[in-house]
Amino acid sequence: MSNYVYRMFGSSPVRPLQNHMEQVHLCAAELVNFFEAVIAQDQPRIVAAQESVVALEHEADKLKKSLRLSLPKGMFLPVSRRDLLDMLTMQDNIANKSKDIAGLMLGRQMVLPENVAPLFLTYVKRSIDAIAQADTAINELDELVETGFRGREVKVVEKMIKTLNQIESDTDEIQIQIRSEMFKIEKDLPPIDAMFIYRIIEWVGELADLAQRVGSRLQLMLAK
Amino acid sequence: MEYASVFIILACLFGFFMAWGIGANDVANAMGTSVGSGAVTIKHAIIIAAIFEFSGALLAGGEVTQTIRKGMIDTSSLTTTPELLVFGMLAALLAAAVWLLVASYYGWPVSTTHSIVGAIVGFAAVGIGMEAVMWGKVGTIAMSWVISPLTAGAIAYALFMSVQKLIIDTPDPFASAKRYVPFYIFLVGFIISLVTMFKGLKHVGLDLSTTQAYLFSVLIGTGMAFISKIFINRIKHEPSEDKDFHYTNVEKVFAVLMIVTACAMAFAHGSNDVANAVGPIAAVVGIVESGGEIAAKSALPIWILFLGGVGIVIGLVTYGHRVIATIGSNITELTPSRGFAATLAAATTVVVASGTGMPISTTHTLVGGVLGVGLARGIGALNMRIIRTIFMSWVITLPAGAGLAIIFFFILKGVFT
Repeated sequence: MSNYVYRMFGSSPVRPLQNHMEQVHLCAAELVNFFEAVIAQDQPRIVAAQESVVALEHEADKLKKSLRLSLPKGMFLPVSRRDLLDMLTMQDNIANKSKDIAGLMLGRQMVLPENVAPLFLTYVKRSIDAIAQADTAINELDELVETGFRGREVKVVEKMIKTLNQIESDTDEIQIQIRSEMFKIEKDLPPIDAMFIYRIIEWVGELADLAQRVGSRLQLMLAK
Repeated sequence: MEYASVFIILACLFGFFMAWGIGANDVANAMGTSVGSGAVTIKHAIIIAAIFEFSGALLAGGEVTQTIRKGMIDTSSLTTTPELLVFGMLAALLAAAVWLLVASYYGWPVSTTHSIVGAIVGFAAVGIGMEAVMWGKVGTIAMSWVISPLTAGAIAYALFMSVQKLIIDTPDPFASAKRYVPFYIFLVGFIISLVTMFKGLKHVGLDLSTTQAYLFSVLIGTGMAFISKIFINRIKHEPSEDKDFHYTNVEKVFAVLMIVTACAMAFAHGSNDVANAVGPIAAVVGIVESGGEIAAKSALPIWILFLGGVGIVIGLVTYGHRVIATIGSNITELTPSRGFAATLAAATTVVVASGTGMPISTTHTLVGGVLGVGLARGIGALNMRIIRTIFMSWVITLPAGAGLAIIFFFILKGVFT
């Protein structure tokens, strides 16, 4: 016997979205371990860390797919379905990018030049801070539903998004520093290696950008 | 009148079967939000439903029963052939009961009210004649089916907004909840008792003036608020529980409110839906007892309401608990604060409709209430396809009830004449 009053309640996408972001955060955070291994040039640890990033990305992918399936058309949600799906895609891009970074660095057996290595680690950590901050903000979604997207809770989240933007601009600054350090030594490096280091610099910056875009999307949800 | 006692026995039998069906199926709809929000356990829900469905039927079920009994059919052309009305009412009961049985078997969301109204209008229009149906009144009833979910939706929206303003969006929501929830409980008690008393409790031997009705309602509301205040004060704030979700403690206060609201909903449901089963019994008994005369002014015998109430409770105890159990804690996204807003809005609308003698669908009204909270961005996800199915079902239920009633009418007519 199916009861219709019960059946009109769909499963809320809020918790699954939060779980996905948490998984994405875990995946990206593994990059710290990976970069430490790269700097230490500890080959077994590099391989293990890369495998771990891939496994975590795979988990996030599963969460993404099941959330997409649970959001058929005709669901009436407190936020627009499109925003939710976009948000999910952006979150997922963070995990994908993390996987790409680890994959490329392992594949090309990249070594970071000594004078940029410490700064590089700071740079990665700061980018992951941005992801952590996005995760914190997404974690407020259930509270936002409880408050009907109004009042104090909105201010709390807006403040979090502001902090996220601040962290992102920190990563921009660090990126400029790394690039200028790299510029000094790039002629002494094999040209192709230098080129790929520049690509990694770019991608790590994109991690923070993506996190910031998750925040902006959340801000859009608040506005509607 | 020939077969007088046969008619009464048949009416009681069919009516009881119908009441049983309402208890078995419909009560689960009415209690769904309360159980789903986790404020009331299944066992408590059954006890609440049994007590308040029964008292709602007995104390406030009279007006709607009268509408079903004689509000929709013009009996002036039946003075020489009163047995036609008896056949018709028996046929309507049987038709509605059979339709509900079929519908519950297939899991269609049909409304008891729509089945019985469709059945009565159907047999009257075909079995007696188009002019026998009081189309004006039937039109008003059909209108109320549109208005009641809308009203419940608007009230739910307003209630939810007031909860946000007074409690959730404050520096200390837990303290605010403790302060304001007793006021909402007062409101529940006040409205339900006022509407019930306003319509007079003459049939239970209580005749109150307007002032008395207000006075008693305030007293009842205040009494309920004080009692619940004691329970609310016992709730301790557990900061550790708020780690994952900041409003866990606040929702615990709302759970007290939800229990009171569940009582109101059961009462409202009893007051409106028992009429679907007992209205036709009352019509048959009225005709037979007055020796074939269709008495326009006869009072409603209280034992008939009693019969309906007992039928509902038996339906609930024998079968309804299983339906309620399937709801269980499945509605995870419905917290007590939302469940309360939707349910109280529905209960208020239904009780007011009962007071004015309008037979409305409790399920539709409740769905309207839930949608109201959804529109205020308060619910994680609502399945619009299911909601559309619920609202569209009455388009099918009316002709189905009518068709079955017409068939049964001619069978009964053939058997007894």
